[in-house]
Amino acid sequence: MRTTSPALRRAWTVALTVAMLAIGLAMIFPIVWSILTAFKPNAEAASASPTLLPQTWTLENFAEIWSAIPFAQLYGNTIIFAGSVMVLSLAFDTMAGYALARFDFRGKTAAFIAIIVMLMIPYQAVIIPLYDLVHSLGLGQTVAGMIVPRTANAFGVFFMRQFFLALPKNLEEAARIDGANEWRIFTRVMLPLTTPALLTLGLFHFQFNWNDLLWPLVMSNSIDGATLPAGLALFAGQHVVEYGLLMAGSVLALIPLILFFLLIQRTFVTGIATTGIK
Amino acid sequence: MRIGRTVAGRQARAAWMFLAPGLALLTLFTAWPLLRTAYLSFTEYSLLTPPEWVGLANYRELIADDQVMNALQNTVIYAVVVTPVTIALALALAMALNAKFFGRGIVRTAVFVPFVVSLAVVSIAFRFLLDPNYGLVTHWLDGVGLAPTQGALAQPGTAMAAVMAVGVWKNVGFYMVMFLAGLQSIPRDLYEAAQLDGASRLQKLSTVTMPLLSNQTMLVSILAAIASFQVFDQIKVMTNGGPAMSTETLVVMVNRVGINNLEFGYGSAVSVLLLLLILLLSMAQYFYFGRKQVRY
Repeated sequence: MRTTSPALRRAWTVALTVAMLAIGLAMIFPIVWSILTAFKPNAEAASASPTLLPQTWTLENFAEIWSAIPFAQLYGNTIIFAGSVMVLSLAFDTMAGYALARFDFRGKTAAFIAIIVMLMIPYQAVIIPLYDLVHSLGLGQTVAGMIVPRTANAFGVFFMRQFFLALPKNLEEAARIDGANEWRIFTRVMLPLTTPALLTLGLFHFQFNWNDLLWPLVMSNSIDGATLPAGLALFAGQHVVEYGLLMAGSVLALIPLILFFLLIQRTFVTGIATTGIK
Repeated sequence: MRIGRTVAGRQARAAWMFLAPGLALLTLFTAWPLLRTAYLSFTEYSLLTPPEWVGLANYRELIADDQVMNALQNTVIYAVVVTPVTIALALALAMALNAKFFGRGIVRTAVFVPFVVSLAVVSIAFRFLLDPNYGLVTHWLDGVGLAPTQGALAQPGTAMAAVMAVGVWKNVGFYMVMFLAGLQSIPRDLYEAAQLDGASRLQKLSTVTMPLLSNQTMLVSILAAIASFQVFDQIKVMTNGGPAMSTETLVVMVNRVGINNLEFGYGSAVSVLLLLLILLLSMAQYFYFGRKQVRY
């Protein structure tokens, strides 16, 4: 058996701590910088000798962004888009995942293979007919048109199936003997047990759609109908120098995501560990 | 017997009720568009007039098209560099963040935060940080004599390096969490047994940790490779494929040709190329890891 001296172990822990704190700082540096830049007056943000900390602190960027672009409209669009997709997709993914995990029926294997294949299809590769389809449904250039194709998600179905597989069989059998119907068993017995998985998948759905650039960019040809990432990207393309303003917009766009993550952070690793996505 | 059959029938009916909405939506919005992409790739189509069948013309054009070859090459270079670097860093970070030290929770969060935030939004920040005139990172690089004169994003070599770095930065935290979940599920006594057998740190890593992480490694490799092949956001915002198309990848090209130029037929052919690449890659990885998989 090898032994390490306490002094050496202590030095190792100190070195590890310092190194990891440095890495953590480096990882959030672009975000910290964005926040600080949002408080700089425009002249200072576009200064030829930039500094990390603002020399003068100002809130004008946060006030101006609302009128510089239809920011409230973009915010609303993004909340409606990401929020509805999250709720609807959680519902359909959970139901489908439950069916694939807890029932035996003819066609189950075929359905599961279909889900796995669809999981591998990048949405970028089908975006042209998707655009076409949404337009022919009369939903072109609308937030509803953005939402509808996202209301079920192959990864979500797979993720929930993994979670439901891990639950003990006797739970539903007991309920079945008590005379509960299948819907009741699902909503009253099984679903309450899935909270960590639901929160984790909810974060994935919310985050993916809140952040998505390509689909909202394709679906909106004017800035009014866009989501925050698309709107800010369009704005950044046209107004190259107003960085203080852009950073204020960016920071406001990041807040809901960070809050969501901090809220569910505790259950997050549990959610991943217990779905067998491990 | 009859009772058994009715129970089984009732179960099957219930199962399909649960499955149907999700499966129908996925079929309509994923499977059907996939078939449609395949069909459109054999047509000339610009949304204004109905698709016109042109046979293999798009594919013949695609093979001879320097822009496709350029986008393909850029995509492969991006994936070949970013995928292994991201996985290796994620694994190293997961191991370091599995050890006990002061501030571990904060560092875990800090590493994960880039995955949560919008890549398009922070790419604006990266563009600014690397700006030749006002960029703080450019300013700092200047200070140590590494000045990129026209800014990192204006030169082909450094522009690619910059979007790659952002790709790694964005995803490393997510894969770190996956590895972390795996590390936490390895039974402690395996390490104690290895310790008793006199295994060194390196031996423990190669005989206990790595084999028991093989499930995560497979999943992370497949997901990371697929994500690399689909790179779009930071390129769209930071360089829009430039300078001189040096960062244009397949998805960026699909967006430009298909959506901006309304060449749906040709854009679909490029999409099919991307899709084939991803399917081939996922299969190859699945079979490679499938042989080495450890179940426990």
